[in-house]
Amino acid sequence: MAEVPPTRMNQQVFKLKLKAAQGGHRLLKKKADALKVKFRDYAKSIAETKSGMANDASGAYFSLTQAEYAAGNFKQKVSEGSMTARIRVGAGVDNVAGVKLPVFSKYETGASADNQSLGLVGGGKKIVAVREKFTNLLEMLIKLASLQTSFQTLDEAMKVTNRRVNALENVTIPKIEDTLAYIGRELDELEREDFTRLKLVQGKKEEEQKAEAKRKALLPIAPGKENEADITAEYDAGDDTDVVF
Amino acid sequence: MEVGKLVAVIGDEDTVTGFLLAGVGHRTAQGSNFLVVKGDTKLQQVEEAFKAFTTRDDVGIILINQHVANDIRHVLKDYNATIPTVLEIPSKEHPYDPEQDYIMQRVNMFLGGGT
Repeated sequence: MAEVPPTRMNQQVFKLKLKAAQGGHRLLKKKADALKVKFRDYAKSIAETKSGMANDASGAYFSLTQAEYAAGNFKQKVSEGSMTARIRVGAGVDNVAGVKLPVFSKYETGASADNQSLGLVGGGKKIVAVREKFTNLLEMLIKLASLQTSFQTLDEAMKVTNRRVNALENVTIPKIEDTLAYIGRELDELEREDFTRLKLVQGKKEEEQKAEAKRKALLPIAPGKENEADITAEYDAGDDTDVVF
Repeated sequence: MEVGKLVAVIGDEDTVTGFLLAGVGHRTAQGSNFLVVKGDTKLQQVEEAFKAFTTRDDVGIILINQHVANDIRHVLKDYNATIPTVLEIPSKEHPYDPEQDYIMQRVNMFLGGGT
């Protein structure tokens, strides 16, 4: 703190700084609160979606088993050959209190389905059912992925914001307040010093005057010559030219 | 360059088949975006596949069976980027256990600790 010269100007500067820090602290606290609300929402929907997903998934697996029963072992065929993704995810951005959250959305490329001939021998309907079920599950999972990413990002953003709030509250603001107190103390001290100095000078002067007066009072005053200076002494009669009538 | 990102899948045969039928499969000369984990698949292979998927920039979401995720938990723990998102899904033989999911642990901790 001592590195700041205690001047009125610095006092002003630090007063402004304190105001800015307090303003920032208020804003950040608001942001942290907003994030917390959103975070809670996301946490709730994740918990709900995840438990829903478990049900959906078991349904999808069941339909897969059914299809296998009807169409024989087609798993090998599915994972064979080259293929292009029919479903991709697009990435959007959602904004919560200045925090950018990635949002995935399902995106169909429009490519034709691979393995169209699957189940031609039998169980085609079942396989179509499997496709549907897994597409639904996938949609749900994509939603869940968005939620989860947002959740993680929010988590991180909240940590950062809270850290900033705490830093402002516990480090920056007290530091500025300390500096202000220091400057105020020093300025007061200087003022007091000035005052005492003035008093001292005044006292000395008064003493001198008193001493002078005493000295004068002690001196015997010559008769007919109250004044110290003899005004007639300055004039010599010889200097004057004679007055000629 | 295609628009949008891929969904990668690491899981047992049933899981992969299901999602391939749904149309997430993508196989080019460079490789595929899915890995079938069978009984004789080595752990190292799974780890490598996971690492490869996470470093590919055309992958947006990685779906991974929970029991597979448990096997490579140490790799998952080290992974902390947001994209691609790693999503643990149940498999046919292993019902979903929210207790083992890192995100669910966090959610429960927050909901349990916050309310």
